[in-house]
Amino acid sequence: MGDLVLENVQKAFGDNPVIRGIDLNVARGEMICLIGASGSGKSTLLRCMNLLEPIDDGRILLDGEDISEPGRDPQPVRQRIGMVFQSYNLFPHMTALENAMLAPRRNLGKSKTELREPLAQMFERFGLGDRMNHYPDQLSGGQQQRVAIIRALAMQPEIMLFDEITSALDPELVGEVLDVLRDLRAQGMTMVLATHEMGFARELADKVCFLDQGRILEEGPPEQIFDTPKEERTRAFLSRVL
Amino acid sequence: MPTQTRRQMFEARQRRRANTIAAASTLAVFVAVIVLIPLTPGWENVQRSFFNGAVFAKTFPGLLNAFVMDVAIFLWCAPLIALLGLAVAIARDLRSPALYPLRLLAIAYTDIFRGLPVILVIYLIGFGIPGLGLPRPWNSPYIWGSLALILVYASYVAEVIRSGIESIHDSQRNAALSLGLSGSDTMRFVILPQAIRRVVPANMNLFVALQKDVALLSFIGPVEIFRQAGVYKSLMANFTPYVGAALIFLALTIPATRYADYLMNKQASARS
Repeated sequence: MGDLVLENVQKAFGDNPVIRGIDLNVARGEMICLIGASGSGKSTLLRCMNLLEPIDDGRILLDGEDISEPGRDPQPVRQRIGMVFQSYNLFPHMTALENAMLAPRRNLGKSKTELREPLAQMFERFGLGDRMNHYPDQLSGGQQQRVAIIRALAMQPEIMLFDEITSALDPELVGEVLDVLRDLRAQGMTMVLATHEMGFARELADKVCFLDQGRILEEGPPEQIFDTPKEERTRAFLSRVL
Repeated sequence: MPTQTRRQMFEARQRRRANTIAAASTLAVFVAVIVLIPLTPGWENVQRSFFNGAVFAKTFPGLLNAFVMDVAIFLWCAPLIALLGLAVAIARDLRSPALYPLRLLAIAYTDIFRGLPVILVIYLIGFGIPGLGLPRPWNSPYIWGSLALILVYASYVAEVIRSGIESIHDSQRNAALSLGLSGSDTMRFVILPQAIRRVVPANMNLFVALQKDVALLSFIGPVEIFRQAGVYKSLMANFTPYVGAALIFLALTIPATRYADYLMNKQASARS
């Protein structure tokens, strides 16, 4: 039993089935990488996991509790599961620090004074100590993405979801964002990533899942998926991207 | 001075040519107007009744004084319009079924008041409600005339704000929701501040129009600049006070519209 469990999750947009029966266990402290071609359902699966997309069928359990029950308030769950997006999605009218403060202020009732010190430490830790009071349009893509990660971490989530967070970055900026993920990994954060960074997935993932047409076609430790894939489609995909 | 590149010399030549042509054609039009208009048979009459210096000097201070009333009406209407417009814009976006009547009301309201001529609303409310025989001061045309302006203009402001709300990309809403913010906090802290900023220029144009439409209240009683000009016209049998009133309006509205255009251009270039 994992701590976040997906059972036969299904999701269609109109007549177009995007997730076609996915089972997945995410245990505390684990890092899971979802790989697969564009349109294979990686992003949608992540969005289902923090209830941005309601699922059509199946169940999602968080610590044994069915969080996917239709009609259930998604807000408390989202406070426990953080998410970072490919396009950063920082709030452009707020400084980096204000971006990070908004959710804990409103959801946890913390004051700005209370939040300033721990958040400043986090900005410092991720190399943004001198960027806290900048607006998003004054930051590079890599810096914005790191702020977006801090913003999600500010809610002290139990699980973090990362949706291709380096895909929109210039190649020379990818490293600084991956370093943040390494740091989180070292701290034991539970993470699920949709990613095209195969080297990174091989280096750090506990489990790699290959998605194909809305199903998990193959999953296992990174060495097994990357070195001795069983499925023909996995081999074809890997030969295209590696 | 650094030597110019061939491109720069070419562009300088083009600019000189364009400026010369523009200056010459502008001059030609002005000369034609100045020479030709006084040649028309009625010019002397028009000049006497519309551009009479003596009348202008005599009535201008009084007009300026009356214009204070226009500005005052504008000043108490504007904040109420902004508030009502915002409330209606939010009401139109309500998704909760329990609040559906409110949404329906907001839709009906914007449809009705954007579909009526301003003057008609002023007449209906300005004459209709005091006709109920309310005691003073509740029969004042200032109150009901202002209410008419507020109702009409708030319906436009509501639509402008709603278009701003809808122009904010869904990814902003998703980012806010993914942080566990409630729907109303998402609207209040993430969507609205961006939406309102985006529609400032469009709203400024509406408020310029409002300042002009204050003059319509003269039809139900208040003595503001347009009515004052009418009084002077009758007293002196001369139309020059209307020209004076026009100049006073322009002194306020031209800078305001220019500023709105400037903001709009700035925003357009910031987003491209």
